[in-house]
Amino acid sequence: MWFRLPVAAALACCTIGTHVSAQERGDAIPASLTGLPGDPARGRRIVADRTRGLCLLCHSAPIPEERFQGDLAPPLAGAGTRWSEGQLRLRVVDPRRLNPDTIMPSYLRRDGLTRVAPAWRGRPILEPQEIEDVVAYLATLREQP
Amino acid sequence: MRLPGAAALTLLLASPLGAEIRPDERRSDFHQMSPETRAMQTDDTANPGMLAVLDGEALWRAKAGPAGRSCADCHGDARITMRGVAARYPAWNAARGTPVGLAGQIDICRADRQGISAWPAESRERLAVTAYVAHQSRGMPISPPGDPEMAAARERGGRLFTARMGQLDLACAACHDDNWGKRLGGTPIPQAHPVGYPIYRLEWQAVGSLQRRLRNCLSGVRAEPFPYDAPELIELEAFLMQRAAGLPIETPAVRP
Repeated sequence: MWFRLPVAAALACCTIGTHVSAQERGDAIPASLTGLPGDPARGRRIVADRTRGLCLLCHSAPIPEERFQGDLAPPLAGAGTRWSEGQLRLRVVDPRRLNPDTIMPSYLRRDGLTRVAPAWRGRPILEPQEIEDVVAYLATLREQP
Repeated sequence: MRLPGAAALTLLLASPLGAEIRPDERRSDFHQMSPETRAMQTDDTANPGMLAVLDGEALWRAKAGPAGRSCADCHGDARITMRGVAARYPAWNAARGTPVGLAGQIDICRADRQGISAWPAESRERLAVTAYVAHQSRGMPISPPGDPEMAAARERGGRLFTARMGQLDLACAACHDDNWGKRLGGTPIPQAHPVGYPIYRLEWQAVGSLQRRLRNCLSGVRAEPFPYDAPELIELEAFLMQRAAGLPIETPAVRP
């Protein structure tokens, strides 16, 4: 359902966090957050690492060496056929913009949160270049689950 | 009042988080466990939590403080006098004007009746006496008290339960109301009814309190955990006990 909300996503421009200005168009952020391309191999490592990307807590992914994967959220397999890189980028950066009720956190958000533990305060879940790496990896997932 | 289009749409989309568990679907997390873990709980000779209960029984009888008074000197045989008590906590303490959990009530007894200081949170002794008292209610339905003051505390606890917290911006309800039964990184998400505390948790290799468990979850969403015995933790407990009303007490429960 959350991808059928073009009106909510039709926001021209927004500032996420404190230093990254992400240009939204439609339901996508077309340009790299850093101006640099992502590295899919690094992205795969971030997705597989449940203390960094945290993705596998809720999603499954075609990462067979990680046995314990979640099923709260749609499988990541085939994500690269369902979404463009720009759409994937917005969905990692700020999924709440598409669906305010989603349980997925906004990975670049660093303020407006409640009771963040001191070790994480003022930090996004992933840094912009890490998000680029994850987006590059997700775009390579062309096979359906 | 007219709202701009985008704001109106946001309001329409923002349905309240945390649809409650249907009463007929409510059940103890016991039923989600492996047969081995269930057997460990139900066999008292295999349940490691029973060691805390036995420990607590000895402490119940031990004379302490300047008056040399034991719990039993006032309360007698716990098997009779403590039956059903844990099913009614947290309870309103009128003298202190605050809701009090079972362990907090033991602190109060120590201060007022025995004239000695409280045991530290998560100490062996505090967990043991709490486990011994709660064990006397095993099999009895959770029956939260009706005081209006407790209703207010429960309401605050309920708001915390549905409040997003931490860097991961997650509410308790997002997992335990909306996604119980699914797998979080391979682990089934429980409905999270506090039916068996203090529990023996295999992950801890120890007996621990509901507050310890709540603090684990808060750390998990990268929130700053409330300190032990903070009002917020008592209010959350009061809310959770209401949410679990009618389910039987299992203390000492075993959990993965």
